[in-house]
Amino acid sequence: MAALHFHNVTLGYDRHPAVHHLNGAVASGALVAVIGPNGAGKSTLLRGIVGILKPLDGSIHLGELDSRDIAYLPQSAEIDRSFPISVFDFVATGLWRATGLSGGIGKTARDKILHAIAGVGLNGFENRPIGTLSGGQMQRVLFARVLLQDASLIVLDEPFNAIDSKTTIDLLALVKHWHGEGRTVLAALHDLEMVRTHFSETLVLARGPVAWGPTAEVLTPENLMVAMRMCEAFDDSAAACAADDAQAA
Amino acid sequence: MFHDALIGPFTEFEFMRRALAAVIALSLAGAPIGVFLMLRRMSLVGDAMAHAILPGAAVGFLLSGLNLFAMTAGGLIAGFAVAILAGVVSRSTGLKEDASLATFYLASLALGVTIVSIKGTNIDLLHVLFGNILAMDDQTLLVVAFNATVTLLVLAMIYRPLVIESVDPLFLRTVSRAGGPAHLAFLALVVINLVNGFQALGTLLAVGLMILPAGIARFWSRDLTAMICIAVIVAAVSGYAGLVLSFQTRVPSGPAIILVASGLYIVSVLFGRVGGVIRQLFPGRHLEA
Repeated sequence: MAALHFHNVTLGYDRHPAVHHLNGAVASGALVAVIGPNGAGKSTLLRGIVGILKPLDGSIHLGELDSRDIAYLPQSAEIDRSFPISVFDFVATGLWRATGLSGGIGKTARDKILHAIAGVGLNGFENRPIGTLSGGQMQRVLFARVLLQDASLIVLDEPFNAIDSKTTIDLLALVKHWHGEGRTVLAALHDLEMVRTHFSETLVLARGPVAWGPTAEVLTPENLMVAMRMCEAFDDSAAACAADDAQAA
Repeated sequence: MFHDALIGPFTEFEFMRRALAAVIALSLAGAPIGVFLMLRRMSLVGDAMAHAILPGAAVGFLLSGLNLFAMTAGGLIAGFAVAILAGVVSRSTGLKEDASLATFYLASLALGVTIVSIKGTNIDLLHVLFGNILAMDDQTLLVVAFNATVTLLVLAMIYRPLVIESVDPLFLRTVSRAGGPAHLAFLALVVINLVNGFQALGTLLAVGLMILPAGIARFWSRDLTAMICIAVIVAAVSGYAGLVLSFQTRVPSGPAIILVASGLYIVSVLFGRVGGVIRQLFPGRHLEA
């Protein structure tokens, strides 16, 4: 059974596509790496999946999933770390589905939050403002929030960027644990060695799908070369995309 | 002697008691809004909005005198008109929102001053621009208190999405659609509190009792709740001390309140526990962990 269906999906900004004409499905419980050079549309695709960005064309179906049953880990650059909020309170936002606008945080919820913080190895950091954390510690905090969300579909945008090898090993173990629990995990990644070793399925993106399938078959020098040659053009005078006409014909 | 100087004016004169009640109400509601304006990097947006709502408040003022209800209604209409127009222009032309807001607030301010100067007297203009908290009547005080109460209730309702939207807007959009409405409700609270500050401080200084205490609080705490509490206390203390200063020296009350807050700001810049100058120059020996 598929957790996600893409039907000729085009995502982008101001009519300019970042990813176009993506078709396919992600099976429930799959562990998928999304790779491609900078500007290939990885983050845009993930934003489309979690509902932040509406497709310019085509559609994304969540199968049997509720749209609220998705946990999203944004790139840490998107977070305002100067905001005066503690690690505990930040992680607690992962309980939004249960607490909503005004629900209280009782003892059970408190224990869950502390458990999630401990689960990423940050015991004793509960009262620290997030602005005082290192990059790796902040990434652990983001993972703790995903843990707390307890979602069926987990979407991670470059979760291992600029963090040391120990943190990477710890957080990668969490990703594999989620996969083992039957959750569907999609992660935008750059480390090809990690993808080869730990991810069974890979989507190579270069503003459109280059290849998608079992990692061993997809991560070929030819496909990677195609992705590297990707055109990063952003042309206001470009003609309307002809692919739809070609498909219709 | 201290009693005569610090408490006497309030036991002796009713208008001083009303003024004190008004600054406390303004502090309770305006200071938390100021903290969020600062943390959302909207301090100058607050200032621009204060100028933008002048024509609406001026029309209300001219139609029914210093009736805060009419001024609030007029200010809200003008404030939202400017905010929406600035938003529409920036989205349809690609102009940055702060640039279009600057254009609209300047046009709005010019229009407001024109309306007051054509239809009113110079005293009216001074009143609208700089306020006069000492002339506050019971009805106006009730409106100020009502607006402050509404502000605190609405802020309590939108507090959670407002915090999450400030720190991690993408995350909020994945779990809830409350971010947009919370932002709009917050803008409405900004306008309500600016209009509330008109009577006390005038349009030019109304934002002062919101932003200065927030800036001061930033130098004393890294915790949001503590920052809000500090900002409220600082605003109330500035209001009280400003009123005393105004009473004793005949300095206009609005500028006196803001000058006291500015003095506290300088003290905080120098001696603040979080990032203060002295603390940075003499940090003490480093810790083990």
